[in-house]
Amino acid sequence: MGKYYETSSTFNYAWDQLAKAFWNRYPNPYSTHVLSEDTLFREVRGSQLYSRRLLTKTNRMPKWGERFVRSSNQVSIVEESYINPKDKTITTYTRNIGFTRIMSVVEKVTYSPDPNNPGQTIAYRSAWIDSNMYGFRRAIESFGIERFRKNCGQAALGFNYVLSNIYPPKVATEVFGPNVQTVAVGRFGETTEKMKEKARRAGERAKERAGLSTVYAASTGPGAEADS
Amino acid sequence: MEESQGNSGNNLETTPQFMNSIADECNDLKKAYDDCFNAWFSEKFLKGDRNLSKCDALLHLYTGCVKNAMKAKSIDINEVDKEHLGTDNERKKPS
Repeated sequence: MGKYYETSSTFNYAWDQLAKAFWNRYPNPYSTHVLSEDTLFREVRGSQLYSRRLLTKTNRMPKWGERFVRSSNQVSIVEESYINPKDKTITTYTRNIGFTRIMSVVEKVTYSPDPNNPGQTIAYRSAWIDSNMYGFRRAIESFGIERFRKNCGQAALGFNYVLSNIYPPKVATEVFGPNVQTVAVGRFGETTEKMKEKARRAGERAKERAGLSTVYAASTGPGAEADS
Repeated sequence: MEESQGNSGNNLETTPQFMNSIADECNDLKKAYDDCFNAWFSEKFLKGDRNLSKCDALLHLYTGCVKNAMKAKSIDINEVDKEHLGTDNERKKPS
């Protein structure tokens, strides 16, 4: 079973600009939880570059979860990726190593040019969160999805910070927010149409609240608590 | 898979310039390889040149160091080396 979640973020940079910065997205001020980053394997396959990397990150659990993870506050993450300059796609796939019985988090992100604006790149994020802890499964999965929702925005902000350093924006006040939009778009079992409608409404609500072009609707999006 | 720690953006000055390796003793090898790869990636690969061999020797030295560190930290190397993306192991969207 488990839980599934999707969001998308839009970067105000062309795919080629984003690709050049891709391997330099850590460190950034929003990635203090990333402790190390190593390349393990890399090869060119056809027109694509395949890479496999090992990241270690801090693994903060809620108080009630500490009983399961006494020994370590770090988690190892494998990040696989394909970069295809012909099709202009970057796909990353990350999964945790160890503790997967307690909580397994898999994230897939695809970066491709915005079909309506070649000067922008859209990151589509999917996450699968599963726990096999008898009696705690739902609580852990809900915690995991909630943490994932919060951190999607941080990941986009962090990459955007790196991009804005490499490609300084014309207007100094645009260094942050305005280059990133994050809109929550779904939940396990919903139809695409429903998700699109929800995304549109969530985006509109967030825009109304924020009154500016930065949209952070993750907190208003549909989520795990509904079925826990 | 992202976790955050009070990152309100006010620690800009303290952000380090380079990511560390999992083990301090691999940092120099990591930097040598990353410099070679990053130059190749933006100057060659993104412009259509697919020949990666010029960084292979550096990668070999570097990953040797990292794999020793992983063993020391009891990280399951077989599990790490399993390919998921683009294979049957990859998770599918719920239909």
